Amino acid sequence: MNSRISGAFRLRERPLIVTCVVAGDPSFAESIQISRELVDAGADMIEIVMPFSDPVADGPVIQQAGSRARAAGMTTERLFDLVREIRRETTIPLLIMTYANIVVRRGIRKFYRDAADAGADGVVVADVPLEEADPFCAAARMAGIDPILFISQTTSPERMDKILAKAGGFIYLVAALGVTGTREDLAPHTIDLLKVVKERTTLPVVPGFGISTPDQVRRYAQAGADGVIVGSALIRMIGERVSRTEGSGQGIGDLVRAMKHAACCE
Amino acid sequence: MRSTSRFGEYGGQFVPESLMYALDELEDAYRTIVPSNVFRLEMAYYLTEYAGRPTPLTFCRNLSADLSCRIYLKREDLLHSGAHKLNNALGQALLAKCMGKQRIIAETGAGQHGVASAIAGAALGLPVEVYMGEEDIRRQSLNVARMHMLGANVIPVASGSRTLKDAINEALRDWVTNVRDTHYLIGSVVGPHPFPSLVREFQTVIGNEIREQVMAKEGRLPDAMVACVGGGSNAIGMFAPFLDDPVDLYGAEAGGEGLAGRHGATLCGGTPGVLHGSYTYLIQDAFGQVLESHSISAGLDYPGVGPEHSFLRDTQRVIYRPVTDAEAVDSFLYLSRTEGIIPALESAHAIALARQIAGDREPDDILIINLSGRGDKDVAQVAGLMGGDP
Repeated sequence: MNSRISGAFRLRERPLIVTCVVAGDPSFAESIQISRELVDAGADMIEIVMPFSDPVADGPVIQQAGSRARAAGMTTERLFDLVREIRRETTIPLLIMTYANIVVRRGIRKFYRDAADAGADGVVVADVPLEEADPFCAAARMAGIDPILFISQTTSPERMDKILAKAGGFIYLVAALGVTGTREDLAPHTIDLLKVVKERTTLPVVPGFGISTPDQVRRYAQAGADGVIVGSALIRMIGERVSRTEGSGQGIGDLVRAMKHAACCE
Repeated sequence: MRSTSRFGEYGGQFVPESLMYALDELEDAYRTIVPSNVFRLEMAYYLTEYAGRPTPLTFCRNLSADLSCRIYLKREDLLHSGAHKLNNALGQALLAKCMGKQRIIAETGAGQHGVASAIAGAALGLPVEVYMGEEDIRRQSLNVARMHMLGANVIPVASGSRTLKDAINEALRDWVTNVRDTHYLIGSVVGPHPFPSLVREFQTVIGNEIREQVMAKEGRLPDAMVACVGGGSNAIGMFAPFLDDPVDLYGAEAGGEGLAGRHGATLCGGTPGVLHGSYTYLIQDAFGQVLESHSISAGLDYPGVGPEHSFLRDTQRVIYRPVTDAEAVDSFLYLSRTEGIIPALESAHAIALARQIAGDREPDDILIINLSGRGDKDVAQVAGLMGGDP
């Protein structure tokens, strides 16, 4: 599929930095401003997280950001408005990350159509494994959206091949067992897993979960990752910005630049 | 192999990829270990020698006279621990032990399933950690103390509404982190496949005993049966052996303040969606955000329901009706004073619905109510509602 996502990976000169923002945290307008800062700092892709009341795959940082966003009025309707606004300002790929019920409640096909109309390129659903993926992947492909699926340390080789056959855009490699959140270290078998998956597919392979330091980015880059997903580390900075009065706003751009720099040392 | 992962369109496995390994492993254990003779003998030992099964099927003379039909109570209140939850906790803990798991986690709302898990862990020598919402810890201090005495570690949950729904979220987060050595002992017929089927398997002892007991006492099947439905495990356990028989089945949901106000009547007032791993009826908003439920009974205070109940609702095999907080409290006192049995507030919902439907029955009709738990834990709460003058 010749999507904006596959194009970005094809043209890459170093692993891509996929940055995350929680839609509507702390407000609709500020999400646009934050996305602008991410793009200005050189982010290669933005994953826009649509908050759900019961985010079982997320740690405290993204849970709290989601609560702030929902309290500030974020809904699925507003999510698509937000994607549309961000799309007007940038040509980099935009992903939507959410949970099954947000998609199911809107109607699976309608959700993917609306996502495509708003200008999103990929959709990731945290609680849709291979067993439930068919209607989601079919709706995605019909709408021209890349269905991004997960592979984890607990995924068997046979399962991996089935997932690789269905996935589009890239493979989201779950870099640590557990929920999203920053971790200082990097599990050694994550590097092994990355290599195993790379051998089995031509799809780009992108680790996420717990990536918060330039050093981790460097090590994934050296191991052949096609990109890295940086979520909680950025979202925590936004949370800190919210709790202070008028923060600097430099933090997130600096982190993205540092990670890009680290990714160059492939 | 996955033919039973759905009940009609309901159920499924909506979980992060990392958990699929554990669900597959659990399904294998369910299919190979549970039917084995060794497991069956062990289970029989724990249920009879330890937990006190079979529980009586009590013919209630006073209730029968008052409601003008033949009323029986299935006495899960007399099971060790004081509620039906122990059937499932013993079953899953034994299974976890057979699977070589080193640790058990559980969620609890009212604390009954937490206590049952703590008991099963103590009996089988497995460490137990129980996730419980801060709000529920405050409301159910007696059961928190029981869990501590039984050696379990109670972990307060401060996220979301700080009740059962959030305790399940936190238990799932723990499980996805420690999936290799930990078993998640889920307390009801909810969650991703195979949990709804596995928990039904362990609770069906209720219905199987009823069948034998009513045949021995009456020589025929009952005409109607009533159980309360939060997640729905005592109801499924009671109904499962009778689904193909001409027996009217009724589920009493938590009507709370009434369906126009705050409630926990998922099947009567909800819409289908995905929560905690399965597609089932939920209390949710137009965008799929799950809303907080409300019930006077912490054990029914849950915005989801077991997926099999969603199927039984749509096919109309079971009739579900909401029972309000006020009706439940009234029936709590009614049973206490009519028969000298103090029911759990959850079970009082079933009593209330039975009183409503008894008027439509013939005098010879047999109506069985599942008394899923005893009311000791609720005495302080009801006394408070009565102005401290019970």
